[in-house]
Amino acid sequence: MQLRVALRNCGFIDPESIDDAIARDAYAALAKVLVELKPAEAIEILKESGLRGRGGGGFPTGLKWEIASKNEADQKYVVCNADEGDPGAFMDRSILEGDPHTVLEAMAINGYCIGASKGLIYIRAEYPLAIERLKIAIRQAREYGLLGKDIFGSGFDFDIELRYGAGAFVCGEETALIHSMEGERGEPTFKPPFPAESGFLGKPTNVNNVESYANIPVIYLKGADWFHSIGTGKSKGTKVFALAGKINNVGLIEVPMGTTLREVIFEIGGGIIDGKKFKAVQTGGPSGGCLTEKHLDIPIDYDNLIESGSMMGSGGMIVMDEDDCMVSMAKFYLDFTVEESCGKCSPCRIGNKRLYEMLDTITKGKGSLEDLDRLRNLCEVVKDTSLCGLGQTSPNPILSTMDNFHEEYIAHLSDKRCPSGQCKDLMNYVIDPENCVGCTACGRVCPVGAITGEKKEIHSIDTAICIKCGACEEKCKFNAISVK
Amino acid sequence: MTKVNSLSELKARRESLQSRNKIRETRDHNQSVVQVKVAMATCGIASGARDVMNFFSDELEKRRIEALVTQTGCMGYCYAEPTIEVHVPGDEPVVFGYVDIQKADEIIERYIRRQEQVDGIIPVGYRTIDNEED
Repeated sequence: MQLRVALRNCGFIDPESIDDAIARDAYAALAKVLVELKPAEAIEILKESGLRGRGGGGFPTGLKWEIASKNEADQKYVVCNADEGDPGAFMDRSILEGDPHTVLEAMAINGYCIGASKGLIYIRAEYPLAIERLKIAIRQAREYGLLGKDIFGSGFDFDIELRYGAGAFVCGEETALIHSMEGERGEPTFKPPFPAESGFLGKPTNVNNVESYANIPVIYLKGADWFHSIGTGKSKGTKVFALAGKINNVGLIEVPMGTTLREVIFEIGGGIIDGKKFKAVQTGGPSGGCLTEKHLDIPIDYDNLIESGSMMGSGGMIVMDEDDCMVSMAKFYLDFTVEESCGKCSPCRIGNKRLYEMLDTITKGKGSLEDLDRLRNLCEVVKDTSLCGLGQTSPNPILSTMDNFHEEYIAHLSDKRCPSGQCKDLMNYVIDPENCVGCTACGRVCPVGAITGEKKEIHSIDTAICIKCGACEEKCKFNAISVK
Repeated sequence: MTKVNSLSELKARRESLQSRNKIRETRDHNQSVVQVKVAMATCGIASGARDVMNFFSDELEKRRIEALVTQTGCMGYCYAEPTIEVHVPGDEPVVFGYVDIQKADEIIERYIRRQEQVDGIIPVGYRTIDNEED
């Protein structure tokens, strides 16, 4: 069963009306924190709640705030990471478009706790509606005095500005994000120093994800114990997932930590499209791994997903059915990584490119069994030696598909066959002489003239010319054409 | 616009806004007002929610049904966009999926005007922080 905490106002309020938000308790947590609590007490509540970063890493949010609060500086910064970049993920966009005030409120609480007077939201320019609604929300909050000088008469000043990203995946990594905001290239740097010591403009900076922020006001209103009571051992609260792929109810869901994949996919998600067989689900996007049928009953939380060879990630879930080829899926993610690697360190820049080429060779039926060891070796090297999280996790889709779908790799390599019939180079369309009546329909629809045969005689396909578009199979009324 | 200067002022404003919302629902004594919320996030707009929202605003006025049409964020039912929530006074709010102009017309004529059952209702599949025990 879903439980909406981060999404509590999405779909209920008019996101462009601060009055709608206030009627549903917006800024009440900020008022409570500013009036009733000292920064250290407020951080303690957050620590007790057990909230962990929702951007993917799962670092305890309260601890992050405490570290930033203890670093002395004349100016500190609070940054909201809204650079959502995983393919198929749209959790943060929905929160910003549906309930922008919750993020502003939580950032102000963050500012009070760590002693920062300035907040920045790093958002990709590809989210124009979210930007528009944030701008309106910031303007309204300033008019109401909920951002600005001396908020609630507490003497605390806080204001928020937007910073736009160009949609680079690596800029979701906090050091790259900070460099991008400074006007530098969006490239990561080595940690330490962590942003909590030296971040934006060299000042202590606390970076949190949109969904982490969306949880925070509720924690102060309903208490740390309430939040702590939801979820599993070390993963408290709920998680928003974006369900996509071969699933009936594509959408945005929020479930308590500890819900099983089976409940998410088959109950909430309504099962697989056309009643096909579930094959795998990719969690954690290009940094994560795939989970299979044997993982369906594992309670989803940070630790269980890592143990199963994947990760929580930001919450994208791409569901695959029996028709999906896992080697091609890994290749898709590597293609993405190669495109998005910033190129600063060689393991990521060159290693991922080589990994992609190896997968490409395999899907074309030109690989040999030795490639498996070479592939695994290179995966390990890229993971161990890359500078930032992008390269350190980019081989995960390969490693997890190799572990879970070893036989599919073998089929591609030794039998030169794609069991799911997805790899075009490994399949051929053939005409079954039993069923062919010689109607010539297939020959007329073939765009490259690969099909020959006289009227009322059995036709044949020249596989050297055939581009495997499948038009003939679709056209044939006699079920005479199939993939072999 | 007046600033909110203290916790008590925020509380007072929240209460007045909440009662304003109640008044909206029961404007003109017992003559209550229908509320239509249209999910207008990027996904909804891409599926045509803006046309649907305009249709509701224009047609409800033309057909002399007193109603309040507002936009809201993503309700989470991407597979069934555009989605809308209709709250007819005295009834629980219901969410309709796959609402195109034709469906919108049916909802106005049959569900809002005559309180008849209309297909396409998405059952509520979640708990909120206010009613966890459900």
